[in-house]
Amino acid sequence: MCLGIPGKIIEIYDNLGLRMAKIDFDGVVREACLETLPEAKVGDYTIIHAGFALNILSEEDALANLALLREMAALGAAEDESEDQPSEDTSPEAE
Amino acid sequence: MRFVTEFRDAELVRGVIDEIRRTVTRPWVLMEICGGQTHAIMRYGLDQLLPPEIELVHGPGCPVCVTPLEQIDRALAIAARPEVIFCSFGDMLRVPGSQHDLFSMRARGAQVRVVYSPLDAVKLAQENPDKQVVFFAIGFETTAPPNVMSVLQAQALGLKNYSVLVSHVRVPPAMHAILGAPGNRVQGFLAAGHVCTVMGYHEYPPIAQQYGVPVAVTGFEPLDLAQGILLTVRMLEKGQVEVQNAYPRAVTYEGNRAAQAIIHKVLQPIDRNWRGIGLIPQSGWGLRPEFSDFDAEKRFDVGHIQTQESPVCIAGQILQGFKKPNQCPAFGTTCKPEHPLGAPMVSAEGACSAFYRYGR
Repeated sequence: MCLGIPGKIIEIYDNLGLRMAKIDFDGVVREACLETLPEAKVGDYTIIHAGFALNILSEEDALANLALLREMAALGAAEDESEDQPSEDTSPEAE
Repeated sequence: MRFVTEFRDAELVRGVIDEIRRTVTRPWVLMEICGGQTHAIMRYGLDQLLPPEIELVHGPGCPVCVTPLEQIDRALAIAARPEVIFCSFGDMLRVPGSQHDLFSMRARGAQVRVVYSPLDAVKLAQENPDKQVVFFAIGFETTAPPNVMSVLQAQALGLKNYSVLVSHVRVPPAMHAILGAPGNRVQGFLAAGHVCTVMGYHEYPPIAQQYGVPVAVTGFEPLDLAQGILLTVRMLEKGQVEVQNAYPRAVTYEGNRAAQAIIHKVLQPIDRNWRGIGLIPQSGWGLRPEFSDFDAEKRFDVGHIQTQESPVCIAGQILQGFKKPNQCPAFGTTCKPEHPLGAPMVSAEGACSAFYRYGR
């Protein structure tokens, strides 16, 4: 129930006094309500729960987060390699 | 798919898991609160990739699982009435009440409908003025804004034939109940990312401080989960008690203020029974008095219904992280998804269903 997938807002309109939107989920278009996300605009990516858009996804934060993780993984891999070379002390099972 | 495939990058997930392995020096018990995360962890096999020092226990964040039995029996009593069209999220239909479930009510002719959005239930009320349409408003903070918007919309449209059976619960009181219970094993929390999209995470630092337990706000893709675990393990290893955000693309500290305002307009904190766990003070939301006209419990006079749980099911111990589903004698024998004894075997967010489905 708390799962939700990101989709792109492609159209905003009014229906019976509610601010509604068409959301494109990678080709599948569904309707969602924007009443809980007044700042949303066409082109924003949002996660939909029970037919409502609850947040705008930040591309900037997503990219910064990915860059941080890639850097960390690369540094860690380099560290593992340099540790492996001088001595092959223990396998995990040997502890 | 934008914002999805990047966070399923297997190589990067392995990189983060390697970093967890390099970080961990001793055993830690972490709890993921949300049942959606339990399923994602098992679907991607993250529990099997983690170093053996890290034990994940599965929290109560499955709305269907914690909806109390008496509330399900009240739903069944309302759904049985000939003038009622009873609407619910699909997961709820097979959850056993004390006698039967909503599915079997439907098979016997009751009008039970599955809706995707609570607004679909409002639409049904508009289209069926001679019927009473009742929506089963269950869930955590994530489903609260949609559920209460249906009440506001019914009010705006002047509908007299729409009401909600409310069974809303909140995460922070459940964390207090788990951390304060004698025998608690949880040392770090993965906070439920989508609850935090609505509520933010300003409610968690006092809890972290009170119990000395670090918290990482965590998303639902494998990379999000691995990162949430890494941040929590790092804090534990350093003795830091903080709340960190491993889901920054979707969650801010304050959360969605507009959604919070809508919730507080319609709902107020109340004591709530959690199925298998018992009463947790101020752990739920109920309708404010000014919205009592929309309260199905009052409209159909079902508030008096009380019930008894199956003595076999150990759902309560599972939901609090004391036991794993495969430690239950009924697991996979007398209790299966087709014939569940307890709600965690039914729901797509239940820990028992995750263990059964992914062969743990």
